[in-house]
Amino acid sequence: MRSDPADYEFAAPTRLEEAVRLLAEQPKAWLPIAGGTDVMVQFAAGTLAARKLLSIWNLPELRRIEISPHEIRIGAGSTYSDLRGHEVIAREFSLLARAASWTGGIANQNRGTLGGNIVNASPAADSLPALLAYEADLVLCSARGERRVPYVNFHTGYKQMELAPDELIRAVCLPRRFSGYFSHARKVGARNAQAISKVSVAALGRVQNGEFRDVRIALGSVAPVPLRLPETEHALQGKPPEADVIAHARRLAVAETRPIDDIRSTARYRAEVVGNLVVEFLEALGRANHDK
Amino acid sequence: MTPNRGAKREISFVVNGDHRTVCVYPMERLLDVLRQQLSLTGTKEGCGEGECGACSVLIDGALVDSCLVPVAQAEGARIVTIEGVAANPRFSALGQAFLDCGGAQCGICTPGMMVAAVHLLDRNSAPTMDDIREGLSGNLCRCTGYLQILEAVAEAARRTAVR
Repeated sequence: MRSDPADYEFAAPTRLEEAVRLLAEQPKAWLPIAGGTDVMVQFAAGTLAARKLLSIWNLPELRRIEISPHEIRIGAGSTYSDLRGHEVIAREFSLLARAASWTGGIANQNRGTLGGNIVNASPAADSLPALLAYEADLVLCSARGERRVPYVNFHTGYKQMELAPDELIRAVCLPRRFSGYFSHARKVGARNAQAISKVSVAALGRVQNGEFRDVRIALGSVAPVPLRLPETEHALQGKPPEADVIAHARRLAVAETRPIDDIRSTARYRAEVVGNLVVEFLEALGRANHDK
Repeated sequence: MTPNRGAKREISFVVNGDHRTVCVYPMERLLDVLRQQLSLTGTKEGCGEGECGACSVLIDGALVDSCLVPVAQAEGARIVTIEGVAANPRFSALGQAFLDCGGAQCGICTPGMMVAAVHLLDRNSAPTMDDIREGLSGNLCRCTGYLQILEAVAEAARRTAVR
């Protein structure tokens, strides 16, 4: 049954400073709400446990995308539409732009935020494999100050994360050193539009002198958290893009994942798709020529 | 800004060009405020969880599902509902194209489809079929099988281009 709006407090600070001050005063009481694409679904279902909502939608400090020579700093309140429409993201971080383009429909993309996707912490979250592949850092902020943590250490288990109750994600930083890489993104779901993924992949790599270099493979929906495949990646380093190498990588990749049966798919199907996606990526990467 | 459990507050916004002030709980859904307080019942409720697009409106020009918007987040916004679209002569070709192409059957999805189409055509006056599919991808229809709807939007774009 839907929740009763009379049961909820709602604060809408106009500046980030005010928002973190409220969190500092009662850190466990407030649930931040940005575009509401997850929180309002819980509200509709009557499962929203928090009774005090802190709106951080459209806080200007959270919606900036800043470019410096070495990195792009994306405000956590940036929407999927912001990501898709940003020239540098589209050009240099196509894995993220593509993930944004297949997150929900346009209406969801106009409201859903990158920070929200991280904090909602679904293993099926569309943007998170891209953050793993690019080795993103997160900037977390609170009334105590800011800290910067590698995203790879952020999600520690199903819906578990290294975020203190008084903290917000302020920004996501991506290093600008992948523009020469071949990138490959694919989402497998029940249908193209509006579906949550059964398996998704975000992968990067180079081929130089006929050898795989710096291959990065990240997957969604195959473990309690978005997953990179360090053993598979390591095994590919310096190897030629040949069938036996790729077949070995396929076996390693399947062994590194921990898929489950759930309402969207089965573990067996997911394992098969993981293998297919890794092979599809490596074959395409093998055809890409990075030798000048 | 002193939050108060159970307290209604006044929220003001512009709906279809008119300044409106409503007295609401902040967490009321924009969808309910539009339908119940402002009697703008053209905006429909389908799934209530942001999957079906029946409740699509424009907020400051952006397509959104009004079932997922706490009304307090619409403070100061410029909202356009299907009633605002219907009153705009710029979009008369769209409604006629839906009629001509069989783009509406039971009609529940139609307002949301048309608002999504307006959002698309505002940004892209000559969309390809792929553009139209993507622009309407957040809107579900259980009657038409979609082809008539897609064709209606394409036809509206053609007619508008001719004029």
